[in-house]
Amino acid sequence: MAEIFRVMAAGRWTTIQDLGRAAARHLGVPVGGAMDRFALVAANRLVGNPDDAAALECSVPGTDLEVLSAGLVAVTGGNPAPRLNGTPIPAWTSIFVGPGDRLSFPSHGGGARAYLAVGGGFRGEVWRGSMSTFTLLGRGGFEGRPLRPGDRLERVVDPQPGVAGRHLSEAQRPAYAPQPELRVVAGPHLGRLSPADRSHLVEDFWTVSPQSDRMGYRLEGRTLQIGPSTTVSFALTAGCIQLPPSGQPLLLMADHPTAGGYPVIATVCRADLPLAAQLGEGDRLRMRVVTVEQALAAWQERVTALAEIGPPRVSRRAAR
Amino acid sequence: MKPVLTPLGDAALLIELGSRLDPALNARARRLAEALNRRPEVEEAVPGHCSVTVYYDPDRTGWERLAQVAGRALAAPHSVAAPGRLHRIPVCYDGQDLLECAERLQIASELLIRLHGEPTYRCFMVGFVPGWGYLGTLDERLRLPRRDRPRPRVLPGSVAIADDQTGIYPLAVPGGWNLIGRTPMKVLLPDSNLMSILRVGDRVKFYPI
Repeated sequence: MAEIFRVMAAGRWTTIQDLGRAAARHLGVPVGGAMDRFALVAANRLVGNPDDAAALECSVPGTDLEVLSAGLVAVTGGNPAPRLNGTPIPAWTSIFVGPGDRLSFPSHGGGARAYLAVGGGFRGEVWRGSMSTFTLLGRGGFEGRPLRPGDRLERVVDPQPGVAGRHLSEAQRPAYAPQPELRVVAGPHLGRLSPADRSHLVEDFWTVSPQSDRMGYRLEGRTLQIGPSTTVSFALTAGCIQLPPSGQPLLLMADHPTAGGYPVIATVCRADLPLAAQLGEGDRLRMRVVTVEQALAAWQERVTALAEIGPPRVSRRAAR
Repeated sequence: MKPVLTPLGDAALLIELGSRLDPALNARARRLAEALNRRPEVEEAVPGHCSVTVYYDPDRTGWERLAQVAGRALAAPHSVAAPGRLHRIPVCYDGQDLLECAERLQIASELLIRLHGEPTYRCFMVGFVPGWGYLGTLDERLRLPRRDRPRPRVLPGSVAIADDQTGIYPLAVPGGWNLIGRTPMKVLLPDSNLMSILRVGDRVKFYPI
């Protein structure tokens, strides 16, 4: 173990996240983990980590870290604009930092979340197989909570040497934008919308409301009419777009409630969840319905894009 | 109703077996989830009230293939499931909404308490938040909709009713159900392997203290 950072300013919501915890949904525990899984995996590969190593998810701007020991780091996300000792440094690129350096995110580069990986991976509390911070229960990551000034973060010491200057070109990254088009698969209850509302769903822009967090986003726009929601609940997944009686859709994100009884009208495909993850209050999105096959092809494109950095390294946890 | 299978995005599948609270449908959902959980390409299958959501690895299977697997599992003969574990849960019926509920239902609060404690409920689903169990079916005389304005914070241990179901808040969360009592019993054990004392198919009986 080695102390790598001291938190000088935490920003709005900075947590330790990895790829989440599988197979606990039947207990009411969502997968959780990084909202933007592409950015997390990219950051990890850039510093030579396994894809599922723990990194910091920083709601930018605001996070400011003092470096306590030498390490290889990489910052990814939706145009995150990191600075080292006040000077802009390239994102999506691995870079060495040393004791006394300051790594900060003073300005809003566009996206809502930056990911910071360190060679070896951050060390955090493992809860049900993952270091992801699950704040609802106060478990995982750093004491189960968002970081605060004064917190000292540790990393796992990696015997494998890292390489600075690894980079993922812009062409290979998701097309992060403040008004992205998200590809969705038609949901089980899309047919309950009138044909007119179905076209509004895909033709209109939907605004991300201030009541949006890691659990989900409230989307504001035209009120859609749907029949009464039932009292029977079913298990959900990140990306599901529910339509509560208010007629304003809810987009479920990483820490979503695992069950609900509202109709699900569409589900954002895995390839485009990173675009959704980078949206903040006031950003707008549009939806485009695709088939499952098209969604899977889009996912394969993401997998291929990440291969530009290098092949995935086998997880220590998976190997155990 | 014939099972309806629809993709839930590109790595999950929703199998709807019905659209009402029914112990037989729920038992069917639970059996189907158990059968699917034994398959290597299935990451997890989670039973709902009358549905199963299957989370799968798209590199190993497709939703149409899984739909066939589910169809075969549904058609397979089965033995009657053993009854679930019985939890006896003490309740102090002094919830914030007790008197208001009694008034809206036009019954005495004593009768509300008696009717709530009478049935042996079935746990139809675990989910929403960690450790929450949807318990049914509530006596027809006790049916009230959820509150118009959910409370920003409901205390853990609160016993609540809404529509045809009842439940116990496992942790402090926002909640829209009508609060009729409190239990000192912990239903959520985050650091034990068990985690939640309730499982689908378990039985719950409340008694007043």
